[in-house]
Amino acid sequence: MNISYLFLIPLIPLAVFLVLGIFNKKIKPAISGWIGVAGLAASTILSFYGAFQYFFVTGKLDGAYQTFTEKTVWLNFTDSLHIDLGILIDPISIMMLIVVSTISLMVHIYSRGYMKGDPGYTKFFAFLSLFTFSMYGLVLATNLFQIYIFWELVGVSSFLLIGYYYTKNSAVAAAKKAFIVTRFADFGFLIGILIIGFYTGTWDFETLNNPEGAAIANWASTSFMGLSVLTWALILIFMGGAGKSAMFPLHIWLPDAMEGPTPVSALIHAATMVVAGVYLVARLFPMYYFVEEGYVLNIVAYVGAFSSLFAAIIAITQTDIKRVLAFSTMSQIGYMMMALGVSGFDGHEGVGYMASMFHLFTHAMFKALLFLGAGSVIHAVHSNYLKDMGGLRKHMPITNITFLIAALAIAGVPPLAGFWSKDEILVAAYENSQFLYSIGILVAGLTAFYMFRLYFGIFWGKETTYAHKPKESPRSMTIPLVILAIFSVVVGFIPFSEYVTADKLGFVAHLNYPLAATAVLIGLIGIILAWIFYKKENDLAERFARAFGVFYLWASNKFYFDELYLFITRKLIFKRISAPIAYFDKKFVDGTMEGIGNKTLVVANKIKGIQSGKVQDYAFGFISGIVVLTIVFIYLWTN
Amino acid sequence: MDILSLFVVLPVLVIIALVFTKGLKQARQIAMLGSIIQLGMAINLLFAYLKEQSINDSIFVFTRDIVWFEELNIHYNIGVDGISVALILLTSIIVLAGVFISWKTYDLPKEFFVSLLVLATGVYGFFISIDLFTMFLFYEIAVIPMYLLIGIWGSGPKEYSAMKLTLMLMGASALLLVGILGIYFNSNADGGPLTFSILEIAQVNIPFEAQKLFFPLIFIGFAVLGALFPFHTWSPDGHASAPTAVSMLHAGVLMKLGGYGVFRVAMFLLPQGALEWSWFFIILSATGVIYGAFAAIRQTDLKYINAYSSVSHLGLVLFALLMLNKTAWNGAILQSLSHGFMTALFFALIGMIYTRTNTRDITKLGGLLKVIPFISVIYVIAGLASLGLPGFSGFVAEMNIFVGAFQNEDMFHRVVTIISVSAIVVTAVYILRVVGIMLMGPVKNESYLSLPKATWYETTGVLLLLLPIVGIGVAPLWLSDMILKSLQPFLQGVL
Repeated sequence: MNISYLFLIPLIPLAVFLVLGIFNKKIKPAISGWIGVAGLAASTILSFYGAFQYFFVTGKLDGAYQTFTEKTVWLNFTDSLHIDLGILIDPISIMMLIVVSTISLMVHIYSRGYMKGDPGYTKFFAFLSLFTFSMYGLVLATNLFQIYIFWELVGVSSFLLIGYYYTKNSAVAAAKKAFIVTRFADFGFLIGILIIGFYTGTWDFETLNNPEGAAIANWASTSFMGLSVLTWALILIFMGGAGKSAMFPLHIWLPDAMEGPTPVSALIHAATMVVAGVYLVARLFPMYYFVEEGYVLNIVAYVGAFSSLFAAIIAITQTDIKRVLAFSTMSQIGYMMMALGVSGFDGHEGVGYMASMFHLFTHAMFKALLFLGAGSVIHAVHSNYLKDMGGLRKHMPITNITFLIAALAIAGVPPLAGFWSKDEILVAAYENSQFLYSIGILVAGLTAFYMFRLYFGIFWGKETTYAHKPKESPRSMTIPLVILAIFSVVVGFIPFSEYVTADKLGFVAHLNYPLAATAVLIGLIGIILAWIFYKKENDLAERFARAFGVFYLWASNKFYFDELYLFITRKLIFKRISAPIAYFDKKFVDGTMEGIGNKTLVVANKIKGIQSGKVQDYAFGFISGIVVLTIVFIYLWTN
Repeated sequence: MDILSLFVVLPVLVIIALVFTKGLKQARQIAMLGSIIQLGMAINLLFAYLKEQSINDSIFVFTRDIVWFEELNIHYNIGVDGISVALILLTSIIVLAGVFISWKTYDLPKEFFVSLLVLATGVYGFFISIDLFTMFLFYEIAVIPMYLLIGIWGSGPKEYSAMKLTLMLMGASALLLVGILGIYFNSNADGGPLTFSILEIAQVNIPFEAQKLFFPLIFIGFAVLGALFPFHTWSPDGHASAPTAVSMLHAGVLMKLGGYGVFRVAMFLLPQGALEWSWFFIILSATGVIYGAFAAIRQTDLKYINAYSSVSHLGLVLFALLMLNKTAWNGAILQSLSHGFMTALFFALIGMIYTRTNTRDITKLGGLLKVIPFISVIYVIAGLASLGLPGFSGFVAEMNIFVGAFQNEDMFHRVVTIISVSAIVVTAVYILRVVGIMLMGPVKNESYLSLPKATWYETTGVLLLLLPIVGIGVAPLWLSDMILKSLQPFLQGVL
């Protein structure tokens, strides 16, 4: 399969970024928007064409999907270690291309309406293109170091876009927080990369992931504190992934990241960048699975499951609609992580892997739709808070319907997309661990509940008195909503298990009726409860909240994790480490140098009397010197 | 005249020409012309070197050896390899950018540019000499103008800072001189004559005891200029008082002499001493890496932040040199280059902000992105480069250092490596702190709303520095391979 043309997919957005970035002031906003959209459309067409070629024409050999790579050396370290840049085509990278292209294109189109009149319009599109370029580079990476390079670049695009409204202090703080928290996670990631490089001699995915290859076969050769060094490396790499994917306890940046413009939240913080952690684990899945018999996968599963439940509980209590969606994203990504964690490798055993990728795919569609819908609402009422909304279904019919479709999809109502992928995840969990399965089912119920709390709160309930009568968003915004709504309905019917599996052979997945029925039932209970609580104005919700008392308070304060981190950074690092070091430097290190200088002065003052100018004194000194030297020489000679 | 000696002769000619100029306009024109010619020469040298390197296998090329003092066997012995070529290029770019940034030096312009060029002469001479005595001579020529440049054109407690800087560097020079003489008097260990020639000494098996004794002297002697913890305190005060171009040249070029000297003299000539002492200096340099970064978090003066950042970044250079392998050394040289461009760029931008707002206190600034967008955007880019973002030179250098450091398998090296890697997080904190407080956020001071935009000479100076940062960051292979090839002969000693 010729894959050279796929290089254009990342390069086009890069070119758009450079053009828009350098000629920022000279391009009219209307034109820069179109340049952005046109560039992305070209990449999208290429992605779909590539996907078609790969899945249906040339990708298969003897029933298995092949891996194609094309790369060039970018930097040499040692004789064996080097960084390559290139593209790697296999089922998951192609799938991610589709996700990134589709969502990014929708967001580009949507932003033309949403950002209209913004003074930084061109800059915004430049940043979007920069992000899209970096994300393409990440998903197409051929080796760990390349993924790290683009990992950092998506991080910085995320920083720039969260801090887009840079005159707002909260946006600046959120951008900084996102960057620094993920950087901390990347510190682990980088150490993991260094370990892998040193002990396996390569960062190349194809070599590392080969189940019969040296990297996997020799995993037990070196160990550290009872675990294989590769296990440590994989844990650290997962730390990087957990940071990007907002897994507990590195999740704290994601809710604050909602300070960015809403299209950005849809693109980066819902559909693409935040799932990079899931993608990373999937990318290295054979290593995760074979090294130390899947030891690290257990960590992945439990971290995922816990984050999923933790976030779902917080989501119920939030009043800012974007934050509800942010926690929902965290919860759904936890789902994907859990599915990966419980997955096997061959055939149907790899259902978790397949389910995780499937859910990544469907989730991208409906979560982007939810965010864009929320953006449409925010655009209309100029507020992020539920209390400022209500009864909007009459004013914004398209937003209403599309949001409802997305909410039903995420709640797992058949036959929408979320139902199919969620069902596979629950099947995978059920086959592995009853405990994880019960968490999964609980989260499914909670998800349906908080999502419909949101839906009823925005579009039903008592109509708030609006300063300006809210009206439906312009066509540039509603068209992407409709397209994504269609996707949210249909993508569930893709027979994913035939295309994207851990062993790349494909299998036929069957619906597990009892499990599916349970999940749907739980989802419906959640929706009905939300109906009772929030469809009509009543005080049931408040009474319940009061009944939960302290627990509700904790949850609505996100279990005080922000405060904990603030304590660590402000009180411990700034006050207890940084300030003492600065003080120490001034007083002691510099003080010692000053002291030496001052002492020299003192000594000089004391001995300057020697230079008296009297010949007798000098003669005395001269003779004393000779005497001393003579004694020394005699001493040396006699020894 | 050979291609290398021109680098020493040309600045002297420019200095002579400057003496006959009148006023700022003529002085800066001559200085600019001279610097552009130097840059042209440096680029020419680069291509000549790349050509020569493919046909000539010697360690140094374009060598020239003139006997200077026969009795002591002192030679004017010059030559370059890939490392010195890269550093000469760095110097010429920073000197030119410095001239652009000093476009408006109203105070004694002639004398200012003369001092600047004397400094440049010393630096070029240092990078081309392969004779210890000549090298030391040029080293002193480079360091001494610093006193005048800070003492006369500086600001704040300039006499104090200039004195402190000079005294500490002179103290280091004293150690260095003892170390060099120590090597000289041991250079006949294999029966040959006493010599200062680096290439000849490298062939001699200097007795282990002597290596052990003189390595720390030479290491500290050079490393004080490379801001080795705890001998770095001259640097924050010195930079804070120095005028912009001097800070640029000092942090960008002069501080690189430290790492370069350590590499060329201490590592190459005293490899056993290096093996013996590496643990001790690794601890100091790793401390510097993390200590500088943490200290930077608490500073409010932009120049202090950058000075402490330099302590951290240059600590990494020394750290990498002590890792004693090819990859880390490559990283050390790349980091020297990268830090040179970045820190010069930072000081240029700080100078531009200072001339507009009359303050370097970040708590008094805010929202500059809105007021002076060009300067602010470049500052953000420089910040991102400084925190090691891929696509900029810092990333390439740091990754070489980390991968190289990780090749040492024992627990001690592992621990210090991980500590040094953790600096990438702390660096992000202090960089983003400045970006957040100073550039983003609401505009703090009404009067800032009418700040003048960047002028053409400022823009030129800044872009001149940004270009190599991005160039190295995007396409590092040719440079990295050129340096790697030059490192090969130096490696034999330590292995």
